[in-house]
Amino acid sequence: MSGMKQYETVIGLEVHVELATKTKIFCGCSTAFGGAPNTHTCPVCTGMPGSLPVLNKQVVNYAIAVGLATNCDITRKCKFDRKNYFYPDNPQNYQISQLYYPICRNGHVDITVNGSQKSVGIHEIHMEEDAGKLIHDNWLDASLVDYNRSGVPLIEIVSEPDMRSSEEVIAYLEKLRTTIQYLGASDCKLQEGSMRADVNLSVREVGAKQFGTRTEMKNINSFKAIAHAIAGETQRQIELLEDGKKVIQETRRWDDNKGASFPMRSKEDAKDYRYFPEPDLPPIVISQEWIDRIKSREPEFKEEKQARYQKEFGLTEYDADILTDSRKIAETFEKAAAICGNPKKTANWLMDDTMRLLKDHSMDPEDIRFSPEHLAALVKLTDSNTINSSVAAEVFEKIFTDDIDPDKYVEEHGLKQVNDAGALEETIRGIVAANPQSVADYKAGKKKAIGFLVGQTMKAMKGKANPGMVNQILTRLLEE
Amino acid sequence: MSLMNLTAVELGRKIRAKEVSVQEAAQASLESIDAKEDRLHSFITRIDRKKVLARADEVQKKIDAGELTGPLAGVPVAIKDNMNTKGVLTSAASHILDNFVPRFSATAVERLEQAGAVVVGKTNMDEFAMGSTTETSYFGPTANPFDTARVPGGSSGGSAAAVSGAEVPYALGSDTGGSIRQPCAYCGATGIKPTYGTVSRYGLIAYGSSLDQIGPIAKDVSDCAAILETIAAPDEKDSTSVARDSYAFTKSLTQGVKGLKIGIPRDYFGDGLDPEVRQKVLAAADVLKSEGAIVEEFDLSLVQYAIPAYYLIACAEASSNLERFDGVKYGYRTKDYEELHQMYKKTRSEGFGPEVRRRIMLGSFVLSSGYYDAYYLKALRTKALIKAAFDKAFARYDVILGPVAPTTAPKMNSSLSDPLKMYLSDVYTVSVNLCCLPGLSLPCGLASDGMPVGLQLIGDCFREDNLFRAAYAYEQARGPIMSPFAREEAEK
Repeated sequence: MSGMKQYETVIGLEVHVELATKTKIFCGCSTAFGGAPNTHTCPVCTGMPGSLPVLNKQVVNYAIAVGLATNCDITRKCKFDRKNYFYPDNPQNYQISQLYYPICRNGHVDITVNGSQKSVGIHEIHMEEDAGKLIHDNWLDASLVDYNRSGVPLIEIVSEPDMRSSEEVIAYLEKLRTTIQYLGASDCKLQEGSMRADVNLSVREVGAKQFGTRTEMKNINSFKAIAHAIAGETQRQIELLEDGKKVIQETRRWDDNKGASFPMRSKEDAKDYRYFPEPDLPPIVISQEWIDRIKSREPEFKEEKQARYQKEFGLTEYDADILTDSRKIAETFEKAAAICGNPKKTANWLMDDTMRLLKDHSMDPEDIRFSPEHLAALVKLTDSNTINSSVAAEVFEKIFTDDIDPDKYVEEHGLKQVNDAGALEETIRGIVAANPQSVADYKAGKKKAIGFLVGQTMKAMKGKANPGMVNQILTRLLEE
Repeated sequence: MSLMNLTAVELGRKIRAKEVSVQEAAQASLESIDAKEDRLHSFITRIDRKKVLARADEVQKKIDAGELTGPLAGVPVAIKDNMNTKGVLTSAASHILDNFVPRFSATAVERLEQAGAVVVGKTNMDEFAMGSTTETSYFGPTANPFDTARVPGGSSGGSAAAVSGAEVPYALGSDTGGSIRQPCAYCGATGIKPTYGTVSRYGLIAYGSSLDQIGPIAKDVSDCAAILETIAAPDEKDSTSVARDSYAFTKSLTQGVKGLKIGIPRDYFGDGLDPEVRQKVLAAADVLKSEGAIVEEFDLSLVQYAIPAYYLIACAEASSNLERFDGVKYGYRTKDYEELHQMYKKTRSEGFGPEVRRRIMLGSFVLSSGYYDAYYLKALRTKALIKAAFDKAFARYDVILGPVAPTTAPKMNSSLSDPLKMYLSDVYTVSVNLCCLPGLSLPCGLASDGMPVGLQLIGDCFREDNLFRAAYAYEQARGPIMSPFAREEAEK
């Protein structure tokens, strides 16, 4: 193996992000998910004859905001172009996009991988419209088109080929995602397709000056799949080169189930998009005032928040990192902590139980629905020993799923902790009397037997007993 | 004398004065159409008589209630078939849309209807407005009311013939490279292509989006001003429409031409211009001079580049605009196909006529990679140079005066066999579209063969007022021009 050459992987990404506007980019139709097919449509987004596009200004606002947050130059006079290709999901058979004068250029994003910093260049960000969706109906043996997504605004963020590993790629994507989520420009969900990454990848011998021939991989919808795809495609290309073969420049589809990529049919790939300036839309002139206005509305981003949490709340770097991954979590944390005055406990609920429940419900942090007031009330209930920790966990699940008011819930369900030593002792005496075998075991040195008796006591008290007091009283009675 | 011999403004006045009912006006139009369509074929779709009369009734009530007071209230109108009319077939004279019924009306049509217009039908045209003779229509040609063996011009040939033949008092046309002005010249009608952005393009089936404008085709200049006042407005549905400082076109009609500076580009009077057309147009300039205008000759330059620049840009935009006609969502779909690509290919090969296919191919070619810079980009640069030449001219002149077309209307079946020659005949009209300028066309007499000759007046952007001043003054001196069909209507 001594003759084996050393290769490096060169990766650039094209990331599509669906913007969080209420209406589509060129018409007034709703961008909401889940409508019946073709109910969020009009003459414009279905390509009817005589219809004309009218730009949704909020799309420009979001694009500028993302551009500023990724250190881009904003193109002061940007234009739309038509990208022509025939496909039934594309009602006009051209997509309105930007080629010649994209709205943002020459930016960069700083990432940290294994403790070292790196800057990934942004070549450009452009605005465009999404396509509809083709659904094959096996019963009719026909393809149907749903234009509800047609005209949903997208930005495409094109990086420079600056990444060298899947770790860097994922760090870059995570950075983009949190930045864009913090801006409120998109929810950036890979699984649902509101964030999509195409991976441009080539390999070359370490030290080579020229880039190798690259392939583009589409259809990757999770970070895990992206890592797999990078590993798989890197290996495929190295094997080709090792065999003395050439890498062909092509678009490939990554199949994560098969763990391999496949060339896309070349017919669809006959790429001459015949771009030309969109004559139906005048150029967008972006003034310094416009840019300043958007800059002034910039939120506190993750890095700043994280540093502040460490300083202000004494959280560890790890905790602050997790809490600030999602703007929604961070905002819930800040509000709840301010109300209850116990940032550490608030943080624990958000990091442990919340993360576990999000996973159980396969939800994104951005999807949490409970109010910080209710979380704060729960923290207060535990701080004041009004409920015990097992009851608190139960109540939190209710807050998470239904955003219940914990004070009311505890009251209505009679979940208050029993701290009355006399009442507890009476119950425990009964339990001890009813379980002579366990008592004998304990006295014979099987100290574990106390666990059973604690359990019986909690059961008898319907879980509301103060567990510390139960332990204390039980031990005293057994030692008697 | 029939009601159809009146101008739109005259008829509107009689309707408001209760001398004529809206029903009578509509009846007169329907009867005239019935009597002449066999010979003219101006229309693709004639709206059901009952529906027209019901609409007339509705308008009459609104006039009686004082809700409609404008000059066009109750006046019948015909609409070129590339403008959407809600619930009425809108085919753009193409097989590929011969079953297409839009669910919304074009803004220009809507504005006319709000002003009380009674739409009687959709007029014939070159398929997707591509042509100069109306012979490329899937529905067959339209005849010229001055000589039915000749073409009416195009692409708004149906609208021009319907007006010239006294089937309707006025019509809407669209003009991408002369499609209002040239048929007006051939049919002895009057029309104006306004400054780009003056009339909303929403609901107009696009040919060349950066060039297309809707405009009136009428019997005289006053009608054009009144119609343009009605249809011109900024439209939030068309991002290229503009809010003008002034829409008071009628006001400028009677301002006279005293001191108006008129330039005659020598370049428009060179080889290829029929001597009789030349003589009539120059005679019209003399009339304006005698009315007090300052008339002088000048060199415009770059005229020979207008045709290639225009056809490259128009075809490039058209190739993209017409991509939506694919058999997927509406319109014609081929009967027999195996898979998607074959469906596209067969649908479009069968659905589009030869001239449309030619322009789509030309446009696709000039936009394809490797040719974009050499053709399309060069055409854009040429356009900028031509615009600069006009800017220079308008620094000195208020109006540029010249012919509309090199000849009078050609015979049927003489043009399509040589498309290049047909394209070249647009030499005097296309620059107006390339430079977003307003251009007005009105008859300036009959040639010895009895065919009308067109006079073109070109103004600077947003200076339609100068065109209306000059055209109205000339028209007063000229007197009326009637086609044999209009005379037939008058003698009824």
